[in-house]
Amino acid sequence: MDTTITLHVDGAEHTLTVDTRTTLLDALRDRLGVTSPKKGCDHGQCGSCTVLLGDRRILACLALAVAHDGARVTTAAGLAPDGELHPLARAMVDHDGFQCGYCTPGQVCSAVGMLAEAEAGWPSHATRDLTAATELDDAEIRERMSGNLCRCGAYPNIVAAIREVSR
Amino acid sequence: MTATAPGNPATPVSQPPAADEPMARIEGRAKVTGTAPYAYEHPTTEPLYLHPVLSTVARGRVTAVHTGDAEQLDGVRAVLTSKNAPRLADTSDLEFAVLQSDEVTFHGQIVAAVAADSPETAREAAALVRVDYEERPHDVILRSDHQDLYTPGEAVAGAAPDSHQGDTDTALARSVVLVDQTYRTPREYNNPMEPHSTVAFWETLPERLTLYDSTQGAHTVRATMATVFGLPEENVRVIAPHVGGGFGSKGAAKAHNVLVGLAARALPGRTVKLALTRRHMFSLTGYRPPTIQRIRLGADTEGRLEALVHDVTELTSRTKEYAEMSGLSSRMMYAAPDRTTSHRLTALDVPVPFWMRAPGEAPGMFALESAMDELAVACGVDPVELRVRNDPGADPQTGRPWSGRHLVQCLREGAERFGWQGRDPVPGHHRDGAWLVGTGVASAVYPRLTSPGSAAEIEYGADGRYTVSIGAADIGTGAWTVLTQISAEALGCPVDRVTLRIGDSDLPRATVAGGSSGTSSWGTAVHAAARAFRGEHGADPRPGARTRAEAPENPDLERYAMYSFGAHFAEVRVHADTGEVRVPRMLGVYSVGRVINPRTARSQLVGGMVMGLSMALHEQGVVDPRFGNVVNGDLAGYHVAANADVGEVEAHWLEESDPHLNPMGAAGVGEIGIVGTAAAIANAAHHATGVRVRELPLTPDRFLR
Ligand code: FES
Ligand code: FES
Repeated sequence: MDTTITLHVDGAEHTLTVDTRTTLLDALRDRLGVTSPKKGCDHGQCGSCTVLLGDRRILACLALAVAHDGARVTTAAGLAPDGELHPLARAMVDHDGFQCGYCTPGQVCSAVGMLAEAEAGWPSHATRDLTAATELDDAEIRERMSGNLCRCGAYPNIVAAIREVSR
Repeated sequence: MTATAPGNPATPVSQPPAADEPMARIEGRAKVTGTAPYAYEHPTTEPLYLHPVLSTVARGRVTAVHTGDAEQLDGVRAVLTSKNAPRLADTSDLEFAVLQSDEVTFHGQIVAAVAADSPETAREAAALVRVDYEERPHDVILRSDHQDLYTPGEAVAGAAPDSHQGDTDTALARSVVLVDQTYRTPREYNNPMEPHSTVAFWETLPERLTLYDSTQGAHTVRATMATVFGLPEENVRVIAPHVGGGFGSKGAAKAHNVLVGLAARALPGRTVKLALTRRHMFSLTGYRPPTIQRIRLGADTEGRLEALVHDVTELTSRTKEYAEMSGLSSRMMYAAPDRTTSHRLTALDVPVPFWMRAPGEAPGMFALESAMDELAVACGVDPVELRVRNDPGADPQTGRPWSGRHLVQCLREGAERFGWQGRDPVPGHHRDGAWLVGTGVASAVYPRLTSPGSAAEIEYGADGRYTVSIGAADIGTGAWTVLTQISAEALGCPVDRVTLRIGDSDLPRATVAGGSSGTSSWGTAVHAAARAFRGEHGADPRPGARTRAEAPENPDLERYAMYSFGAHFAEVRVHADTGEVRVPRMLGVYSVGRVINPRTARSQLVGGMVMGLSMALHEQGVVDPRFGNVVNGDLAGYHVAANADVGEVEAHWLEESDPHLNPMGAAGVGEIGIVGTAAAIANAAHHATGVRVRELPLTPDRFLR
């Protein structure tokens, strides 16, 4: 069954007809040609497809497009609207927080969403004091970024990049 | 260190150094924004989407494929089976004989495929294809007492399968200290983050095939596709500018490349896209085969090795032979006068194994370096000191001098940096709350390989830039950046005057990005082209000046034993009640020749160590003997290290250059980081707990007694 929806992606509005089974990830990649979010597993297991919905990070492979009519989606490409890299993306380049780059747009979006979560006081498994303001030490960053697998093993540099931006 | 490589007369002294700089990746901006195009992402108009149907039996014959329900779906353009798929020109390699017969030789083999207008339709239709089998008994489990064990031929093994030096039986019988243990490693999967993907387009009159492919070698895939489809090589083009990791699994064409070619040929004029799912990858894209390795070490009371025996038992597939040469490093690693190694295979009804990061060395050095740790304990010798004592002056296998063997320096510097001094050797002595804490060390080795057959072309443009072309691949190694630096150095110009072109089989031939040989093989070709270019066109070329050259042969390859070395140190904490294993700290010191780009080299070394940690703690493809499938075939069931698994990781290297290896003096660094890591962690876990685990991975249950 097909349904027509509207998506706002990286500031551009798109009206498109999707199969009701189409994931947000496939709508972006296959229908709109927005290939910044990657498909690593299609099952919510790797984080490569992470995008921002508003300012929340979500896994686009676990979201149905038809359930996101009217949604505002930001991909890693949209974080640099005027050609200026987002500070987090800049830090990833400076710290060599990637190798093959396939997990990277997901890492960048995830980190941006994660920083907002920490800012809002959301705790994680690594949070020791639930009553205090969140302090993003390395253990916190690692824990909060563990939904984004990097098979190239760039984790130490990813943590360094996020640490720099979070300060 | 100087910026001018030996044998490079073209480099004027006044130029700024092009290499040895931590230049940021030139494709960095494209990668952090996600705009660097990977195979599946090249723009196409109205493509078809291909979805394969895989066998659900491990051995037998397809007796019927019921395609009616699938064909009735709106948007289905073709259902390919062995009955209607185009015939291939060459089916001698059974891995590539896709849909050419009804034989099933492993669980997860391609038995049909659907091409449809949308990915959803293709997937649904594939699920509607019903396949009947005549099933035959299968055998999928490796056993050391398997009755069909055989010795692989030298051609498939890439080296003599067995080696004998001296009389190990007598030496072992004489030795005062003996270690005789068996080590096991499981089936392991590369799992690059980008699943293997291919986009294909077939043209007729003349017949031409174009592939956008996720590959470590555009020319390698082109050669296979040309052979299999009976096309001249120049009528096949493979394009791969960015590749989302490979770790060996994209080092050759695979069955899915042939499948997408078949579909494109059956549907000429339409672009066909195939992205394997993560699950598909567990039977179609290779894996490290499980190993059973018996090691016997004989030594005197001081820990000086008198005999070293490394007997390896592994599986291969009945579909295609592959030999993981896990015993090779035991032939050259230590100075035992009497040494024997052997490799035995048994061919089972399993998917085709293939290269995974440091094939041979990674599992082999887990075994050898675990055994060395056991020997250190048995002799009461410090494990760093034990390795120093057994360091050979020349290659014990060939007698050749080393082009540079600096293992001892790596061990010494690593011990210093890690704080090894004063370590209490008694296991289980150190406790921090509920955590048992230990430290471990292991050596690493990887051959300094250069593959023959690469060429490069240099053209000078009216804009004053040099375009350097070579069909190399960047799978995350940093080749885009490092080859730019090498080009600038070889031409004696600043890096910003070089435009690099790689990742296309229409460019001069390049060997595969594998065996840590890329930088050496391609860089040698670039240097040759630069030298030839300057010879022909001088220092002030006219626009349009162009030269192409092949990498010359290196006579030193026959004169020297060329290896990179490393020393791994790890701190491990094992929870006394749950057996959970954590690795808060890893440190490696490497000898890898000259490091051209410290930034990208460090990333590769650290990445190798992280994969080694993953191998040590998590990775294991679990096979169900009843059906022959991998039961944990996705990233939820097959664990790879996540961010929170990894603590501090430091990689250092010695300042050096290998004058015998290539004009850059630099060896590749893609594999050595993984080689000794698992052993260092297992040795540290023993030091923490007193429990010696000889089988990977180090899951919590192994520490609970
Ligand atoms: S592709 Fe969405 S989590 Fe892996
Ligand atoms: S950079 Fe390759 S998977 Fe993360």
